[in-house]
Amino acid sequence: MVDVLVIGAGGAGLVAALSAKESGVSVKVLTKSYPTRSQTCMAQGGINAALGNVSEDSVKSHYENTLKSAHGIANKKMIEKLCSEGIEAVKWLDSIGMPFSRTKEGNIAQRRLGGASAPRACYAQDYTGLKILHTLYDQCNANDIEMLSERFLLELLVENGVVIGVEVLNIKTGEVEQHLAKCVILATGGYSRIYGKNSTNTVGSTGDGIAAAYRVGASLSDMEFVQFHPTGLKNSSILISESARGEGGYLLNKEGKRFTDELAPRDKVSRAIYEEIEKSGEVTIDIRHLGKEFISHNLPQECKLAKLYENVDPVFELVPIKPVAHYTMGGIDVDEAAQTNIQGLFAAGECANQKVHGANRLGGNSLLELIVFGREAGKNAAKLAKENLLTSTEHFACKQSERETYALDLLIRSTCKVDFYKKRDELAEQFYKNVGIKRDKVKLSTALEYLQSLKEEIPLMGVRDTNKLYNTELVEFLEFKNIVALAEMIVSGALQREESRGSHYREDMPSENKAFEKNTIYYKNGEKLCVQLMR
Amino acid sequence: MKIDIKRDVQTVSYELACEDLTLLELLNHIKTGIDSSLSFSSGCRSGICGSCAVRVNGKEVLACAYKPQDGDFIEPLRYASVLRDLVVDMDKVLVFNKIAKAWGLPTSKNLNVSQKDAEINELQSDCILCGACYSACPVYTVNPEFIGPFALTRAWKYVSDVRETDITQTISAVQTKGIYDCTLCNECVPVCPQGIAPKQDIVMLRNKSGVMGYMDPNFASSFGGFDSGLIF
Repeated sequence: MVDVLVIGAGGAGLVAALSAKESGVSVKVLTKSYPTRSQTCMAQGGINAALGNVSEDSVKSHYENTLKSAHGIANKKMIEKLCSEGIEAVKWLDSIGMPFSRTKEGNIAQRRLGGASAPRACYAQDYTGLKILHTLYDQCNANDIEMLSERFLLELLVENGVVIGVEVLNIKTGEVEQHLAKCVILATGGYSRIYGKNSTNTVGSTGDGIAAAYRVGASLSDMEFVQFHPTGLKNSSILISESARGEGGYLLNKEGKRFTDELAPRDKVSRAIYEEIEKSGEVTIDIRHLGKEFISHNLPQECKLAKLYENVDPVFELVPIKPVAHYTMGGIDVDEAAQTNIQGLFAAGECANQKVHGANRLGGNSLLELIVFGREAGKNAAKLAKENLLTSTEHFACKQSERETYALDLLIRSTCKVDFYKKRDELAEQFYKNVGIKRDKVKLSTALEYLQSLKEEIPLMGVRDTNKLYNTELVEFLEFKNIVALAEMIVSGALQREESRGSHYREDMPSENKAFEKNTIYYKNGEKLCVQLMR
Repeated sequence: MKIDIKRDVQTVSYELACEDLTLLELLNHIKTGIDSSLSFSSGCRSGICGSCAVRVNGKEVLACAYKPQDGDFIEPLRYASVLRDLVVDMDKVLVFNKIAKAWGLPTSKNLNVSQKDAEINELQSDCILCGACYSACPVYTVNPEFIGPFALTRAWKYVSDVRETDITQTISAVQTKGIYDCTLCNECVPVCPQGIAPKQDIVMLRNKSGVMGYMDPNFASSFGGFDSGLIF
């Protein structure tokens, strides 16, 4: 039995593992992919810290900007922690070899992202997430942290209200494995892939950890808040970083005219673009005036991807874009120590709701969150593991395993009357249209009805591929089931929140209502989903 | 359009009426519409997560960054054991990062880095660990323990970093089965989706090692052989 087991090997997971290890406990990391393939590698814009390297900035301004963007439903104490520890977090990354871009004076370079009062996002070209993730991976190697790849989370094992480990599918072998632990940290990422091809995220952002936590009785919160990034490529939804606008890019309508403040918060810009597309059919981003040299040095990924997926060269042409699902603010409800309502179960990163983003996340704050709260989760889990003398839980866990193996066999032997791949695309379209940037009661009710019938069809779906080894159809089906479970929460929460706040915009109730300045809590009562507004 | 995919011991042909799609989009099209048992890895669709490297007509590419041509032959990366279809086991490949001790030692040194100094290892840190260079490297046909291109580039990334205070452990780790086992054949360079040139980095590591007093064992033994062979 390991002291601290981390599920997920993105930024939050690796930081949590490093931090637990530093506290002197044994650590193991499981990931459904490989450590450097997680969503973190896609973050481009930067990591916020009020270093003031480019122009004057302060922790107070960072705090105020974040609080404003959160629209009243954040935890001020946690934002305070995020912003004040940001400076040290970035310095720590610098000390372990993170190759930040630099100013002329040799300091860490910073740029301004939407909603920020100063150039605050520290970056490494447009590879910030990639380079942070790889630097962390190298540190895990240096610290000899065991990282097991290709393990898909099936269930959390909980006994008498205390987490005792997990059960995973070893994708390589098709076997179910148990990994017992004194504490478990979930760092499994968000659920933007509900929006399918209308999401910037990797195919793995299916909220597996959130769904698993809910199944064993963990509370979730604020699931209805989904951030749409204003600028995904029109055909592929691949992200054109906010830095393209931060550095001076224009948004143009079909007539080639600017129609909105490019640096307003993401929800406002996304809505403006969505409306413009509804009206005139097309919106493009124009970065031609930034010049070839600047574009190839500061936005190399954007340049490459626009050419590949849209057949346009941003140095000379306009790039067609649309707003797409990008980040999910909601997640597993955690306390200030990053622990869930299940003892020994912690969560960090996008899968957790640490209540720093509230109704809308600021660009540059999610990479920061990974470091600050990943570390918090690792430290606190290690502390609890040291106090916990629990050792013999093998018997219970074995029984659980038989049940799961049986469930997997069932999956493979099931009939496939309904094609889940088709349903996955259908759900994505349904969500983009009805539970997306502009919502209202009619749209949401339509989506809820759709989900009810979809749920009834799940027993008719299954996996056609019966090979046990590396069965990606099986993995995708398990992911799909997680997505469906979370989808119901998003719609239910969005229906109950009869107002507009941050990323949650209701056309039928377009203003903020003080009565809803609360967090939406989701929990399981028997088999029933309960949704409640709480302060 | 017809493409051939190596699946286990057989090659399967697919006739597809798709235009202007990436190879990854095509593989997804096959999986979700034609044959759900086709196995391949993917992630970000944008060339940054390193999941989808495969070989097309004998050359390594990222499936998400390549547009297939009629008659293309798709197969998994070389040397790594094939788990199924186009999926290989990367765990045994990635272990070279650890063997090369490619990491930084936490430093409290003054961290002022000029733009010029930051550029020294900017490109090396663009690596996405896709394994393309590993699969392209001919040394592995005879020397499976070769530390290899990506891990050596990673080692150079840290060795060349002006913030590093002690590079001896990394330099020492790449002496055996490392920098001198490379034949400088250049095969790793054109396949890198990020435009990195591992061969260059290996040469740089050799130079640095020389400066630090390490000797090329091949050179030493051939010199020794030459010396002992002289009988006057």
